[in-house]
Amino acid sequence: MYLNPKIEQRVVQAILWVFTLATVFILFFIIFYILHKGLPVLSYNFLTTNPLDMGKSGGIYSTIIGTIALTIMSLLIATPLGVGTAIYLTEYTRESRITRVIRFGSECLSGIPSIIFGLFGFILFVTKLKMGWSILSGGLTLAFMLLPTIIRTSEEAIKSVPYNLHEVSYSLGSTQWQTVTKVVLPSALPGILTGVILSVGRSVGETAAVIFTAGSALRMPTSLFSSSRTMAVHFFILAREGISMPNAYGTAAVLIITILIINIIAYRLMHKFIKKYS
Amino acid sequence: MSIIEVNNLSLFYGNFQALKNINLNVEQQKITALIGPSGCGKSTFLRCLNRMNDLIDDVHITGSVKIASHDIYHNSFDLLGLRKKVGMVFQRPNPFPLSIYDNVVYGLRVHGILDKKIMEEKLKWSLESVHLWAEVKDKLDANALTLSGEQQQRLCIARLAAVEPEVLLMDEPCSALDPISTAKIEDLMYELKKQYTIIIVTHNMQQAARVSEYTGYFLLGDLVEFGETTQIFTSPKDSRTEDYLTGRFG
Ligand SMILES: Nc1ncnc2c1ncn2[C@@H]1O[C@H](COP(=O)(O)OP(=O)(O)OP(=O)(O)O)[C@@H](O)[C@H]1O
Ligand SMILES: [Mg+2]
Repeated sequence: MYLNPKIEQRVVQAILWVFTLATVFILFFIIFYILHKGLPVLSYNFLTTNPLDMGKSGGIYSTIIGTIALTIMSLLIATPLGVGTAIYLTEYTRESRITRVIRFGSECLSGIPSIIFGLFGFILFVTKLKMGWSILSGGLTLAFMLLPTIIRTSEEAIKSVPYNLHEVSYSLGSTQWQTVTKVVLPSALPGILTGVILSVGRSVGETAAVIFTAGSALRMPTSLFSSSRTMAVHFFILAREGISMPNAYGTAAVLIITILIINIIAYRLMHKFIKKYS
Repeated sequence: MSIIEVNNLSLFYGNFQALKNINLNVEQQKITALIGPSGCGKSTFLRCLNRMNDLIDDVHITGSVKIASHDIYHNSFDLLGLRKKVGMVFQRPNPFPLSIYDNVVYGLRVHGILDKKIMEEKLKWSLESVHLWAEVKDKLDANALTLSGEQQQRLCIARLAAVEPEVLLMDEPCSALDPISTAKIEDLMYELKKQYTIIIVTHNMQQAARVSEYTGYFLLGDLVEFGETTQIFTSPKDSRTEDYLTGRFG
């Protein structure tokens, strides 16, 4: 079929416009809808009192603490592992079979549905290693989920540090380790942080993997071995079991605001990073 | 007195021979200029003197390079110590994307000098030696990339000066700078000569004539001619040198 190039251009443009609009519309619709339903429930009390009566009344304080604990736990494990792997892949080896296997493995890991991580974590950490439903089991499971993102973003950030900075560093008599820690990592830091912050967002919003491994206890967690309910899990349970729709939306509103803020920070950082090297 | 003695130095990138049997002595506290057309091996030669070519795969070197009578390619030679002694200024100013302060003290930290007082003394001294102190003393925490190109190149020299090297290798240090900045860096080289032995690669013939005491002419991996700058520029012994200097080259 022959189309006048000008018309073709217009048609393609129009179609792309519609797609873009649809995406933006859906995003705004979700945010608007949830805030519309959830904001009226939000109050200082809602944020600072523990849930009562399965969450029918009271606030969401313990689930906020649970979310924070689990997120910190998962990042404490995933960040050093992920950044370490990225340093190894970019600075300490050449492209080889091993690096390809590691990259391939990490890509595969990122494609696995979170519920499978949940089951894996349940079998390995909760039952086999007898950690029970706990912040520890949940944190470890989440860490595995976050690893691919952290590895990939850190790798990109490290690779974008110009090679001549390595040369200068060596020419001043540094060892490889000094070059990595004093030049490469500081220069790559904003990029690495971006990946970590995006991971915070995923950690905060994750449900399936968490419910199987950290459980859903509403009590305030007291140690790494306490079971704990995150906001996302709380929302899921409130909504699915019809316990309290207003409280479910209230929780969702807090969740969505948190994730929005996290993404904005990540976006800002990314921008700063791009500016620095262009 | 010669501080660097190069004997029968050849270098191969894989099968490609980039340096062919180079013999040359570099005098202490003098400026030696290396000239020659693009791709003739000037940078490669310079990078042999602080063993930067070690970073490249598949490089093979024969012959010997002695600095202060020590064979720097000997197995037991202290590589990090060598690079401390033989510093390099690159073509493009390349400060680290860190603060001015962190840039200058980088080498000190790397070599284990962490005492705040010593660092600050050396910081001031090395920035003064490149005449940058007055300009930056109030903004030592500013990112080094905010300086002008010429200031950045001075900063890079200060970063070297802080570790007190004996030899400065400069690979076209002015080629990214305008004529006025170039003149300033040349003045600086003239002063630095009192403390350091300087080897400079340059495409700018006038620059070589202006600043150096000795000149070497490279062509396709050969050191065609080496001698006092005045002799090379007024009565070259090799007709190929003459062709190059008079622009009849190629
Ligand atoms: N890493 C490398 N691998 C393979 N060949 C190289 C490498 N670096 C340089 N060469 C080759 O070695 C020869 C000498 O290069 P070199 O950079 O030393 O020249 P140069 O005299 O400094 O040139 P210019 O004036 O352009 O800087 C060139 O033919 C170049 O292509
Ligand atoms: Mg060169």
